[in-house]
Amino acid sequence: MIRDITLGQYYPGDSILHRLDPRIKILATLAYIILLFIVNEWIGFAACFVFLAVEVALSKVPLSYILRGLKVIFLVILFTFVLNLFMYDGEVLVRIWKLTITDQGLKRALFMAGRLILLIISSSILTFTTTPIQLTNGLERLMKPLSKIGVPSHEIAMMMSIALRFIPTLLDETDKIMKAQQARGADFESGNILHRAKQMIPILVPLFISAFRIAQDMALAMEARCYHGGQGRTSMTEMRFRTRDYITAVILLLFAAGIITLRVLI
Amino acid sequence: MSIEVRNITHIYNKGLPQESVALKDVSFTVEDGEFLGIIGHTGSGKSTLLQHLDGLLKPDEGQILIGDVDITAPKVSLLAVRRQIGLVFQYPEYQLFDETVAADVAFGPRNLGLEQEEIDERVRESLSMVGLDYDKIKDKSPFDFSGGQKRRIAMAGVLAMRPRVLILDEPTAGLDPRAHRDVLNMIRTYHKSQADSIIILVSHNMNDIAEYADKVLVMDKGQVRMHGTPKEVFARSAELREIGLDIPDLADLAEKLETRGLHVPKDAFTIPEMAQAIARQLRGGKTDPAAEGGEDA
Amino acid sequence: MDDIVRMEHVTFTYPATDVKESFNALNDLTLSIEKGSFVAIIGQNGSGKSTMAKLVNALLLPGEGTVWVNGYDTRDEAHLWDVRQSAGMVFQNPDNQIVSSIVEDDVAFGPENLGVEPAEIRRRVDEALEAVGMSAFKRNAPHLLSGGQKQRIAIAGAIAMRPQCIVFDEPTAMLDPRGRKEVMRIIRQLHEEGITCILITHFMEEAAQADRIVILNDGRIYMDGTPREIFTDRDSLMALGLNVPMAVDLSYHLHDLGIQLPAGIVEEEELIEALCPSK
Repeated sequence: MIRDITLGQYYPGDSILHRLDPRIKILATLAYIILLFIVNEWIGFAACFVFLAVEVALSKVPLSYILRGLKVIFLVILFTFVLNLFMYDGEVLVRIWKLTITDQGLKRALFMAGRLILLIISSSILTFTTTPIQLTNGLERLMKPLSKIGVPSHEIAMMMSIALRFIPTLLDETDKIMKAQQARGADFESGNILHRAKQMIPILVPLFISAFRIAQDMALAMEARCYHGGQGRTSMTEMRFRTRDYITAVILLLFAAGIITLRVLI
Repeated sequence: MSIEVRNITHIYNKGLPQESVALKDVSFTVEDGEFLGIIGHTGSGKSTLLQHLDGLLKPDEGQILIGDVDITAPKVSLLAVRRQIGLVFQYPEYQLFDETVAADVAFGPRNLGLEQEEIDERVRESLSMVGLDYDKIKDKSPFDFSGGQKRRIAMAGVLAMRPRVLILDEPTAGLDPRAHRDVLNMIRTYHKSQADSIIILVSHNMNDIAEYADKVLVMDKGQVRMHGTPKEVFARSAELREIGLDIPDLADLAEKLETRGLHVPKDAFTIPEMAQAIARQLRGGKTDPAAEGGEDA
Repeated sequence: MDDIVRMEHVTFTYPATDVKESFNALNDLTLSIEKGSFVAIIGQNGSGKSTMAKLVNALLLPGEGTVWVNGYDTRDEAHLWDVRQSAGMVFQNPDNQIVSSIVEDDVAFGPENLGVEPAEIRRRVDEALEAVGMSAFKRNAPHLLSGGQKQRIAIAGAIAMRPQCIVFDEPTAMLDPRGRKEVMRIIRQLHEEGITCILITHFMEEAAQADRIVILNDGRIYMDGTPREIFTDRDSLMALGLNVPMAVDLSYHLHDLGIQLPAGIVEEEELIEALCPSK
């Protein structure tokens, strides 16, 4: 199950999406997510779905891989769906005891769950087709104007990059710690919520300590390699907008215009 | 109470593109009181095998019998397994968590459901077994100690469960020579103090395996490649090298001396033994390589 | 400068914490490392090896005394980056020194910090990966590699900064035998190419490959000499809790049993030759 967390993982490839400038991809993903929440009716939603489907196809990342990331938050999606199902007034479709499912409720539930799914998938496509370094470089460049008003854009980008890099390491560490405590008779499966929460201590304490130890080692290693913040730092990979980036920007703008128009008209 | 491993197979990521066979049709027996050494390059399936022996993983095929209990059966009580088997992972000091040394070492016994008095007794005993002063350190935080000491505290935590089968995965990893020897001596002491206990030691250090183990199991690509006494296994040096493993330094020396006409026994795995053997040969005159050397029982 | 590193009367004290008193990790240590040499520093845990390593690239500054690296005083803040660029460092834990999720990006980290121009960084990264034999893994994720491979990446990361000297702080302690061989092979190769290599280790077989061995004990230099000089002093090695090479140990035992052997045997080959002289 821990292996299923494909969130934040890069999927090596050479598709057109892999080759787009990270800044465009980040802005496009953000824009897409905002548009997802603007959309309010079926046509627009279908358009969003098609847009994402095209993205998935272009990325050349296997669908099974993408869908695996949804497994983890399946419960959240289900919860959202069910909650929305019973919350809205409208024409009653089904009556279960004291709760009613209305047509509005059904529509909202489908939309919310759908939004979540599309949101996760589009974010995943971003991280699958963009290396963490590209992501953080892209974010750093986008945030650069903010550094004029005191936002530590480089430091934030560096922190995110390192955090992403250590996700698999910390997951491995958690696995090892769990196994070691199980070997000493710890039981993480049975008991009530309170009992299980207490059982987390033998995992969380060593994990935190490991994290600190890693951080200390990492800091020394970075200093040994002359890291001293963003001042004077260069980058091996330069970022330049190319034709394909401009084309993507145009497509995105047209799409956004379409969605917003639909919202205003319908 | 012996251990019987019958035809176990374990496949990771079954059905997915990354499917890989970690263990393939692995079978062997470990007798009462035996000290078994397991060797194999990284990726040979050693770690997976250890986790199976402790019930942390279940095989896709095959069974494991500890005594008469089939620990691979669906409804087996894992706690019963843990009462018999202790597993010390690599770098065990990374699993320390409790507020005091005594509390951390007591974690295992407490999970076994023992009475407080029994728990205290065991904590005291196992800390002294690893060479630490119970009274001095019991209330200290386990994180206040050096790496070597932390490792000993972590090991005490497993020993306190008084396992009949003690499995150790590279217990000397990252230790300096002195601490390395201390840990091995500790393991030997435990073995002797618990009647009929079984020790299973996974190590990359062939010298240690040769010196301490009664039997050696060689793993290669998820399968058992060899199983025999150190003498038998390390005599097959060409095969071992082929699968990327070394032989003990003294075995290497014995081989080279052999080609020069000096016959020494193939089971002299400590310096004093080898020195005696060489001295005997030299005093008895050079032996003809075709004749039997003075191999003592 | 003939000496790439010079330490004069260096004392380093770790301050007291609530569980430990303050103690001197290094006591009046004076040591010079010649340019282009391969020096092994051995000693028990607590002998000061690691502290010494960190003084070379100014991760730590001496309490007393001075450390010069490539002509720069490590206390001189203005030249801190020169010091660290001159003396690269590879740490013990293969994982915790890798900054990035892509191999070539990690190797580029050092040069990027130095403000090297992008095309030059690309060149250095390719060369460094080539030097450690990891070019094929350029775009792989480091965490999926073996320990030995990770250390090779770390070494490439140090090489890419074009240092004169590299300090290896117990680089093989967490590796399996195969990984250890890989790393030692690269260290020997770097030495042949003229990079000064300072290897901190407690594996005798590794120290034996150096030109010179310095034994630290209690923060002081206990012995300083060639592998041959050091390894034949079995009594000292045992007193310090260090391992004695097999050939040396056997020679002593054989001597005690009355077998006459020439003095100064250190290597297995020499012992074999002494026992069974070739005709």
